This record gives sequence, C-alpha cells and structure tokens, in this order.
Amino acid sequence: MLSLIIFIPILAALGILLGAPARKTALGAAAAQFLISALAFLSYDKAKGAFQFVSSTPIVADWKLNYAVGADGLSLVMLLLTGLVTLAAVWVTQQVEKRENLFYACVLLISAGAAGAFASTDLFFFYAFHELALIPTFLLIGLWGTGERFTAAWKITIYLGLGSFVLLIGLIDLYLAVPEALRTFDLIELQRLAANGLIPAAAQSRPYIFLLIGFGILISLFPFHSWAPPAYASAPTAASMLHAGVLKKFGLYGLIRVALPLLPDGAKEWANVLLILLVGNILYVGFVTIAQKKLDLLLGYSSVMHMGYIFLGIAAFNLVGVSGAALLMFAHGLSIAALFALAGFLREKNPLLTLDGFGGLAKPAPWLGFAFGLAAFASIGLPGFANFAGEMAIFFGAFKPAAGLSASNFQLATVFALWGVVISAVYMLRAYRAIFLGEPGKDAATWADPAKTFRWPVILLLAVLLIAGFVPSLFLAYLQPSIEALLPK
Amino acid sequence: MDARFPWFILLAPLISAVLIQLFTRQSRGLSATISVASVCFTLLASLFVFAGPDGSSEIPWLDFRPAFYVPIGVTVDALSKVMLLVVTGVGALVHIYSLVYMHEDESEARFFGNLSLFMFSMLGIVLANNFAMMFIFWELVGVSSYLLIGHWFTRDSAAKAANKAFLANRIGDFGFMLGILMVWTAFGTVVFSEMEAVRDQLSLPAVFSTIAVLLIFCGAVGKSAQLPLHVWLPDAMEGPTPVSALIHAATMVAAGVYMLARVSFLIELSATAQLIIAWVGILTAVMAALMATQQDDIKRILAYSTLSQLGYMICAIGLASPGAAMFHLFTHAFFKALLFLGAGAIIHALHHEQDIWRMGGLSKKMKWTFLTFTAGYLALIGTPFFSGFFSKDAILLAAWQQNKLIFLLGLATAFLTAFYMTRLFVVTFLGQTRSDAASHAHDGPARMTVPLIILAVLSVVAGYGFISNAALGHDLAQQLHLAHDAGGAILVMILATVAFIVGAGGGWVLYKGQTKDPILIPLFKNKFYFDELYAALIAGTQDLLATIARYIDQWFIDGLLVRGLSGATWATGFALRFLQFGNLQGYAFLFGLGVVATIYLLVFR
Repeated sequence: MLSLIIFIPILAALGILLGAPARKTALGAAAAQFLISALAFLSYDKAKGAFQFVSSTPIVADWKLNYAVGADGLSLVMLLLTGLVTLAAVWVTQQVEKRENLFYACVLLISAGAAGAFASTDLFFFYAFHELALIPTFLLIGLWGTGERFTAAWKITIYLGLGSFVLLIGLIDLYLAVPEALRTFDLIELQRLAANGLIPAAAQSRPYIFLLIGFGILISLFPFHSWAPPAYASAPTAASMLHAGVLKKFGLYGLIRVALPLLPDGAKEWANVLLILLVGNILYVGFVTIAQKKLDLLLGYSSVMHMGYIFLGIAAFNLVGVSGAALLMFAHGLSIAALFALAGFLREKNPLLTLDGFGGLAKPAPWLGFAFGLAAFASIGLPGFANFAGEMAIFFGAFKPAAGLSASNFQLATVFALWGVVISAVYMLRAYRAIFLGEPGKDAATWADPAKTFRWPVILLLAVLLIAGFVPSLFLAYLQPSIEALLPK
Repeated sequence: MDARFPWFILLAPLISAVLIQLFTRQSRGLSATISVASVCFTLLASLFVFAGPDGSSEIPWLDFRPAFYVPIGVTVDALSKVMLLVVTGVGALVHIYSLVYMHEDESEARFFGNLSLFMFSMLGIVLANNFAMMFIFWELVGVSSYLLIGHWFTRDSAAKAANKAFLANRIGDFGFMLGILMVWTAFGTVVFSEMEAVRDQLSLPAVFSTIAVLLIFCGAVGKSAQLPLHVWLPDAMEGPTPVSALIHAATMVAAGVYMLARVSFLIELSATAQLIIAWVGILTAVMAALMATQQDDIKRILAYSTLSQLGYMICAIGLASPGAAMFHLFTHAFFKALLFLGAGAIIHALHHEQDIWRMGGLSKKMKWTFLTFTAGYLALIGTPFFSGFFSKDAILLAAWQQNKLIFLLGLATAFLTAFYMTRLFVVTFLGQTRSDAASHAHDGPARMTVPLIILAVLSVVAGYGFISNAALGHDLAQQLHLAHDAGGAILVMILATVAFIVGAGGGWVLYKGQTKDPILIPLFKNKFYFDELYAALIAGTQDLLATIARYIDQWFIDGLLVRGLSGATWATGFALRFLQFGNLQGYAFLFGLGVVATIYLLVFR
C-alpha cells in the first residue's frame, strides 16, 4: 500500500515523459496518491499502534540494505499532507508555458520523493528518497521560475546540496556510533537499540550536531535560511507549494524520527544552541518579514519564521511539545500551500507581487479575499485552524520541557516565541490590508475571482485546516502514540 | 433544564455564521433572518439557563493527560448567567436594530455573518470553564471585532482601525498567554474549578503571583482597552454603529472585566497586583473622561466614555470588589448600548453626519430617540435613582473604604462624566438645528425605536435591588450588601450626587445655546498625544529593527556568509562550475553524487 503511494507518481512521471497526456495523468496520479494515503490513514489500526503496512525487500544483503517501508501515526499524517498538497499543487496549475511534460513529471517526482522519505523505515532510503525529490525542485525553479530564477536556483542548489552533504555525514556518523556488531540501516531496529541504551551517550554529541545542521539547512534554520525566500519567490507555484508545504517537512520529520529517538543525549546537550537559533528564526526573521515589500518574499520569510515554532516544540523533547510540533508541521504545510497557491493567482496580474501594487481587491474578488483571509489567519495561528492547536501545544510543552533541560531557558524562548505571534500579526495584517482592503486601486476593476477549478484545491486545503483546528484529536490520536514511542521513557 | 442547553447557546450562532458565510451570502434578507433567529434562540435558551440550576460539562479538546489537558467546557454559575443575559439580551436588540440600520448596505449578509461569529466567540468566553478555552474565544472575539470594524473596508480609515484593534489586542494577548502559562506551571491545570480547589494548598512566591496576575491582567488591558492599550477603541468607531453598541460598548470590551471577575480567586493572591490594577483602571477612567470633554464626533465621545466606565470596572476588580465591577458592567451594558444605538439613529437620520456641532435641536425632530437617549444619558451620568447611579456608587464606595486617593479620582471622573455628557446632550438635542440634514431628521421605524425603548426601560430600572440582586446572583449581591454596611455609604452617595450636579450644571451653563466649542484644550483634544507617541515608537523600534534585520539578512547572512561559504568549499566550487555552464541538469547529476557517495563510503569504510 505504501509502495503504491510512492510509485504511482513515479510511474505516472515516467508515463508523462514517454508521452502520456501530461495534466490528466498528473491529476489522476495525484488523486490516486491522495486517496491511497487517506485510505492508509483510515485503515491504520490505532489500537494496535506501532508500524503497520510494513514490507521489506532486500537490496544488498551483505550490508543489510533493504527497501523497507512502514508507517506509524506520524508517517501517516505526513503522507496525508503529501497527498493533499500534491493534489492541490497539480490542480491549481492552470497552464505551463513550455515543456509541460517535464514540468508535471518534476512535480510528481517531488511528491514521490517526499512520500518515500516519510514511508521508509530504512535509513538509506529515507535519505535517498529526499535526494530524489530535491533534483526536480531545482529543475522546476531553474526552468519555469520567474524573476531571478537562475540566482535562486543556484543558491538553493548549493545550499541544499551542502545541507544534504552535512546530513549524510551525520547519518554515517550515527551509523558508526552503533557498536559494530549491531550496525544496521533499519530504523525500527535502531530505535530498539537506542531504547535499550546501546547507542552510548558519549558518542551522540557529534552525530547530533551534524544532523541538526544538516536537517537545519534543509528546514531553513537560522542562520541557514537565506536560500528559502528567494527560492519560493521565483519558483513556479506548484514547486513553492510542494517544497514549502511538504518537502521542507522532511528535515523536521527527520529530527523527530531519527535524531530525537536515536540520539536523545545529543539532543539534550545541544538544546540550548537550538533554542538560540530558533529564536533567531522567530524574532530576527520575523523582523525581516515585516520589512518585506513583496508578497512572495513575505510569504517565504514567514514560512521560515514559523519553522522556529516547530523547532521549539521539538526542542522541548516532551510529548506535548513534539506532538504540537508535528501537528504544526501538518498545519503549516497546508496553510503555506494555500497561501502560495493564492499568491500564484495574484501573480498573474501583478507579476512582481509588490504590495503597494494592489489595493481593495476584496471588492472585485470577494472569494479571493475570503480565502486569502482564512489562509492568512491560519498561518498567524488563530484559533479554529490547526496551526493554533499546534502552537498552543508547543507553548505549553516548551514551558515545562523534558527533564534534563533548562526550564528557564525554554521559558525565555517561549516568551520570544509568543512575541513572534504579535510580529506575525503585524506583517500578515499589513499585507492583507495592502492587497485586499482600502480604496480599490485603479486597475482593481479588471480583477475577478478565480475560476471554480482553481477554487476547489484551495477549499480542500482550508477545509482540512479547519477540521484539524476544531477537532485536533482526529490527528493527535495518530501523532501522540507514535511520538510517545519515539521519546525516551 | 437540559444540560445540553448551554451547548446549544454556543452552537446556534456558530451554525448561523457558517450557514451565512457558505450558503446565503447572496441573499441579504435570508442571511439577516438566520442571524436574528439564532440570536433570539440564544436569548430564549439563556433565559432558561438563567432560571435553571448551575452546572458544567466538558469534552476533551487537547488531551495529553496527565501532562496537559484542555477541554472545551461550559460552566453555568451566577457569573456566567448574568453575562449570558447581558450578551444575548443586548445582542438580540442590536441584531433587530441592525435590520434597519444595515438595510441599505450591499454587504448586509457579510455583516450578519460576522455578527453571528461575534456572538459565538463572545458566548464562548462567557461559558468557558478553563483558561485555554477562554483564550481561544478571546482571540476569536478579536477576529470578529477586526472583521466588523473593517466592515466598510474600502475606506482606508476603517481598514487601518481594524488592524490597530487587532494588534492592540494581540499585544495584550501576548501577556495573557504568558500569564496562563505561568499559572499552569504552578497549578498544573487550566481548568478554573480545579485551580480554585488547589489554590490554598499552594504557597507561591509573592513575586511569582504578582507577575502572573499582572500578565493575565494584560489580556484585560488589551480587550477592555485600558491604558496604555486603549488607543484602538476610539478608532474602532469606524465600524457600523450597531457594532459599536454591541461589541465596543456592551460586551467584548467588558470581557476583560468578566475574565478578571472569573479568576478573582487568582487576583486575590497578590495585593501588589491588585493595587496596580486599581490604579490602571482609575487612571484610564480619568484620562479617558478628560479626552471625552474635547471630542466633537458623537461616537468618539461615547467611545471615550466607554473607556472611562471600563476603567471604573477594572478599578473595582483591583479593589477586590468583583461584585461592584459586575454590577456596573450589567447596568453599563444597557445604557451605553442605548446611547450608541441612539447615536446611530441620529447618524442614520442625518445621513452619516457624526459631528455634534452640525446637529442641534434634535429633541423636536426625533422624539423617541430623544426620550430614550435622555434615559441613557441620565443613567450614565449617575442621576439618582437611575441604574448608573447605584452601580457607580458601589465602585466609589469600595474606593472610599480602601483608598481615598483612588476615591477622589473616581469622584473627579463622575464629575467629568456628567460634564461631557451634558455637553453632548445639550449640543446635540437642544438649541437650533445647525445643518440641513439635522433639520430634516426624523425617528426611524419601529424596529429601530423598540430596541431603544426596551434599553431605556432597562437603563432606568436595572440598578434596583430586585433586578440587580436576581441578575448578579447570591454571592455577588451579598458582597455588595456587606460593602454597603461597612460604612461610608451615605457620605459617598452625597459626594457622588454633588459631583453629578456640579458636572451636569457646569456643562449646561457652558454649552447652552453655543454654536461652537467655547473651550479649547489641545492636550485633551489630541488625546494626550498617545497616537503620535505610538507612531513614533513603532517607527523608532519595530520598523527600524525590521529594516536593520533586512539589511543584515541581505548583506551579511546571505551576502558574505553564504557566498563566502560557497566559495570556500571544494564541493560547492564544483557545483559553481556546473552553474556557470548554465546547465541545470548538471547539478541534478551532482545530487546523484550524494547517493553515490553513500555507497562509496559504505564500501570502502
């Protein structure tokens, strides 16, 4: 079942490259991928817990290298996110100017790579699938991007290349930290070893910092964040949605799935460093966001900023904080995808997306104003949306962090994080007002609401955000037991 | 009473808001009907709940027990009962009034949808059985207020006012959430009843409880527009007048007072915090009253008056008299809603004229509006035997018994209130009409005047013991009686009456027959220059920091760090060479190398 989620988009991408009708095939594959993810989500036996839908195929027996997939609650939520955002990203893509086939193939490959990473229970494939997803991301920005696409593609390539490299070193270092006789790529096995204390505390510090920086670069952890906003600004809409919404979550997922359970002592050792960096994400990047004058950069920076909250939950290292972080990963993925989709629509008439080039659009385009308002409110963490539930759990989790962590440092970081909530209201309301409120600009009359085919994917994303916001337990019921199993007893 | 009744009260307006937003936005009449039906239903249900027994029920929302637990729960007790009556009672009247007031507005459907959203949020605050849930609805009230202030969003001033209101509230909420977190670390729960149960077993350091209480108070400072976050409320008058009456006079802004009354068992933990709260309240009361004396916009005068009266209530909380605070909240809701709706009737009749100097002589043109407005006016300025007289007296008495300086400031506020309201009253209703619009004004239809009449009756009688004691419930009423018997009651009443006579008399003498303001005090007219101060402060701190941060990001982090780093390492230099060929597929290959490298390292390790 999980392999279907990974290989349907890959096969569809191959089919498209070989000449199948691009958009129809892509939409069909995305819908199938989403439906199977949803099916897996629903048929997961919560009472039983642990990894289900497990399957394993030996690749290189000598190294105990297996193609192994399996899903617990955390993976399932991330797979559902992948399915939702992929479907929405393909759906909102109205027309592709050139090489339509390659475009849709790239989009599907990103999705396949992300799904593969979330479903893998083998460290090697976990890493390799993410690499698979990165390459088409660069291609999408370089070939179909707007504005300074080459600079942006260049920067993201170098940067994420570096990040992946550091991550690889960290993973190898982690592999070597396990006593020789027990070494394996099997994540489930590794987790069992770690729970039994077989990964020595003294050997955890170095691999952890490599993982933190490696994953951190991929997640745009301060000060490794400056690749993200220009990349999202110039990427085609579908690529921004998929990367900011899904692929960037790979790093966070990796921290929760690999770094926390396998290197708990390393995590505690470096917690204070992480706190400083994540406050950089929230406060410093928050201020940078306020100063933005273009919507695409503003959204890019705001996405970087919100990573700080997820880091805070992960750093707290307790059930409440990490579960909140996972919920916020899901929520942020949906809300930023919706925002980039809507920004993509706005770009059609105002290619530069400068904020003062708009005004009063809620009058000629009320649906657009309404939908953007919902997505914006979601992203700044208003109650009713999943983002709020996640943030609330993070704040409470961080205020009483796990034993062995400095509560006062965490409380101080939480104070800054709470101030970040004010900052995000400042820039989001400012942007909303500039675009949708006030006197309609002189060309406001030429605006109209998007067509129905564009609306449905946005509605889909917003609806899930609202459902998860009103009844977060629907998702926490999956996340909580999985995360409890990942945290040291 | 069915235990599910309070849940229906919460759900009815939510359903109405969702229905309107999703399905009936095209139909103005249908949307208005749904919204009015939902509020009438909540009023009826509230009456049932009021007559029924206390109780509470909850469902889990965020459940990490034992570490952390947030239920969505409803509490029915004396405090929430009186607040339910106020919110749904005034709410129903304002909805009905809006049928006329908003009838010509093309966005009537959106208006009623947002009004229902507000009712949902506000009732959530009222019924909340825990801090986290209260915070949720607290924020939602901020959202619905934002939407309603910005109802006429094509006006720049309205869009700006909406943003300002939201941000001021969020700044307050920053402290509020922090306070909740602190209390939670100490109590281990956010549920009010559980907190109250363990309070006496805890011995918290004095500094801790003072800071925690003051942080929670921040929430009230934002929502109830106390100094120094009061600046949003006068600007919020950009919203339609029914909104000003319901949200920015009777209910939302009173939520801060209600919240503090709800957690009075926490406030009591710190005498220092209580004193600070009392002072913030009374200073807001005096300063807002001073500002009100020099405003010319009828709604803004009432807005400053609201600030001032909220200051009284907050002060009463600080004086450990939640009974007096809730009593004044109760009476104020009626007469201030009445005054706003009366002002709305005038603005409606005068085609959106709000300057009192362009009114005049309306007593003859708008009989019903005049009569009802008079009742509200007399109640607000504390005319003996009107409702405001009794409730203000309760607060002044508490001040007299505890802190004479605060009492004097309270008395000064009473004097100023009588003065500026008489100015408003005389200039608006008496003398000659001073504009074309004013000379053609007339009363609105029955759907507009009937709510005014009902509110006028309540403004007169709400202070009488048989009503207020029943509304406030046994405990709060008992508190008022004990205070009354503790001495000073007669003297305070006499002094308050003197302040009322001097203020009203002064206003009458100064403004009778005037066609323009004989007094000019720039400090008051310019609201103590708070707006200018804040504009400078924001430009000097936030915007400056933002600009600096952006430059650092562009030139240092991205400029030097990234490019320097990329030039230094071999791997990226290699990538650069690919880039210079402009061959994107080239670095696709580079990434393949990452995978290859893994295998390489594994084979040769």
